[in-house]
Amino acid sequence: MGMTLFDKVWDAHVIAELGGGAQLLHVDRHLIHELSSSRAFPDLAARGLKLRNPALTIGSTDHVVTTNPGRAGAAPWTIRMIDAMRAECAGAGVRYFDVGEDGSGILHVIGPELGFTLPGATVLCADSHTCTNGALGALAFGIGASELLHVLATQTIVQSKPGTLRANFTGSLPRGVYAKDMILALIGRVGAAGGSGYAVEYAGSAVRALEVEARMTLCNLSIELGAKIGMVAPDEKTYAYLQGRRLAPKGRDWDAALAHWQSLPGDADARFDREVGLDVSSLAPQITWGTSPEDVMDVDASIPDSPKRDALDYMGLAAGRPIAGTRVDRVFIGSCTNSRLSDLRIAAAVARSGKVAAHVEAWVVPGSIGVKRAAEAEGLHEVFLEAGFQWREPGCSLCVGANGELVAPQARCVSTSNRNFVGRQGPGARTHLASPAMAAAAALAGEIADVRDFPV
Amino acid sequence: MQKFTTLTAPAAAYLKPNVDTDLVIRVERCSRTPRERLGDYAFEMARFTGGNGDSGAPDPAFPLNRPQFAGAGILVGGVNFGCGSSREMAVWAIAGMGFRCVIAPSFGEIFYGNCFQNGLLAIRLPQAVVEALGGALLAAASPVSLTVDLARQVVIAPGGAEHRFEIDPLRKTGLLEGLDPIGLTLRREAEIAAWQAADRARRPWIYNA
Repeated sequence: MGMTLFDKVWDAHVIAELGGGAQLLHVDRHLIHELSSSRAFPDLAARGLKLRNPALTIGSTDHVVTTNPGRAGAAPWTIRMIDAMRAECAGAGVRYFDVGEDGSGILHVIGPELGFTLPGATVLCADSHTCTNGALGALAFGIGASELLHVLATQTIVQSKPGTLRANFTGSLPRGVYAKDMILALIGRVGAAGGSGYAVEYAGSAVRALEVEARMTLCNLSIELGAKIGMVAPDEKTYAYLQGRRLAPKGRDWDAALAHWQSLPGDADARFDREVGLDVSSLAPQITWGTSPEDVMDVDASIPDSPKRDALDYMGLAAGRPIAGTRVDRVFIGSCTNSRLSDLRIAAAVARSGKVAAHVEAWVVPGSIGVKRAAEAEGLHEVFLEAGFQWREPGCSLCVGANGELVAPQARCVSTSNRNFVGRQGPGARTHLASPAMAAAAALAGEIADVRDFPV
Repeated sequence: MQKFTTLTAPAAAYLKPNVDTDLVIRVERCSRTPRERLGDYAFEMARFTGGNGDSGAPDPAFPLNRPQFAGAGILVGGVNFGCGSSREMAVWAIAGMGFRCVIAPSFGEIFYGNCFQNGLLAIRLPQAVVEALGGALLAAASPVSLTVDLARQVVIAPGGAEHRFEIDPLRKTGLLEGLDPIGLTLRREAEIAAWQAADRARRPWIYNA
């Protein structure tokens, strides 16, 4: 029987069998950020250990850094944490991409952008959205603080091999519908625990048709499907995306790597433990109504009469009413889900058609310095600013609020991020997950709106 | 790491599905609260009035605030317990409340792994069993104890009924003996070095970034 992409990459990284199905895997790439890692090096030193392979690790600052324009008004505790991160990386010999420096930004944006994330590589980070990196055909997953120490000290991780799930997207996306809608619809269909116990491979003609950045959006929400790992088989788009990037292989290394990568896609006769399919041809723009990403609906539908009364109450919504027309207070375009250049282009196309409603505070937070500069080179920042959006500095920002940027209690935010959990964007904050196009449309309309009514 | 062999302790139930780690511990507590105080802020948004562990009072509507659950050592949770963020502070917060074992139909995968790194036993039991155990706890007026026997892989209900659970053998041994995962892997340094040496020849680009 043939092997899946996941099987090939996993099996190629097994250093030792540990018994009972547990295996010791090599970690090719380790991404570290200030929130989980500023404590890690002192903890490592306290145990008399040191970083085993500094060259396989990169660091940047994303969770706590302020995204205020010009980085104004950073809280002292965030400055101390970032100072510690910088010093610890310097002491350990880790390449650290400092705030504002070339290459810096949200880890799951810069990993691919720098060409540090590669097809067939294992990529770990103490952040659950590490699965984003799987869009390049990497085997990438999030870990906790203890496992982070284990990776630093040994360049390995102990894991048991999960099952495999193939999510097959067929058809072609209608106007105004994007990768974000594909993955939200899938989560709605199989549930927030539907991928639990599996490594997911996203496949099918609709995935092949996606550009690499859109595949990152798809893989990003794997954890919201309950799966630590999401992958897309590498193809010509992947190789073209990677070639020439700062840390990507060069010269003879490139040729050898490319030959290896071309052997990674799953065999035609490979079998998956579970298969799910979704035809995207008639998909409507998606938006969440509740407090789990599985609480998702078509934007032109009515709010479901769900038994999740506490979610409806928290969100201040009534079952049976259309969700379109619900007044919004905030809009957030950003996060490791949807903060790349292609996301900003899509949002800007909508933003060009009007002005942000007077009662809405709308933010655009690029995912990295690279994204910010590329967007500015195209004039996208001017489009956003003229429409009344804030154009901010890179960081995780309102996705998680770790830096103190929050949505007020009971305020309603349409967000391109990944979690609509209770309190995720701030105590009492009401989050509606949607695509960048839908978020921009909500900003202009001042209410949840169907982006298909806008020029997209 | 603290060993886990058998535990007989009062149990508490919080059966809400999809309890995410943001709900278990707010992100600002992750960055600004010492580890040993995280238990004071566990489930903060649901547990205290106003959703704030500093200014709020225990909210009687929150199941874990029921008097019969005071001092509980076993937590019975709902489907997909601990989903979401990888923050290990969620485990530290639950341990900080005094829990040494969490029983649920299913867990967020990263949370599940993090439990075992901290001597906290996470047990998967069928949903019907969890709902029956949890329902009995919620209906009881006084504390009810459960027994967890890791060696035999059983949860023993008050009436004596035993519910067997599955656990990865390596995780089981790790808890029973209180083994340190990093220490165990460091013993394999020669194997890691040999693997990397061979891999450098096979995939030089990985090491030349």
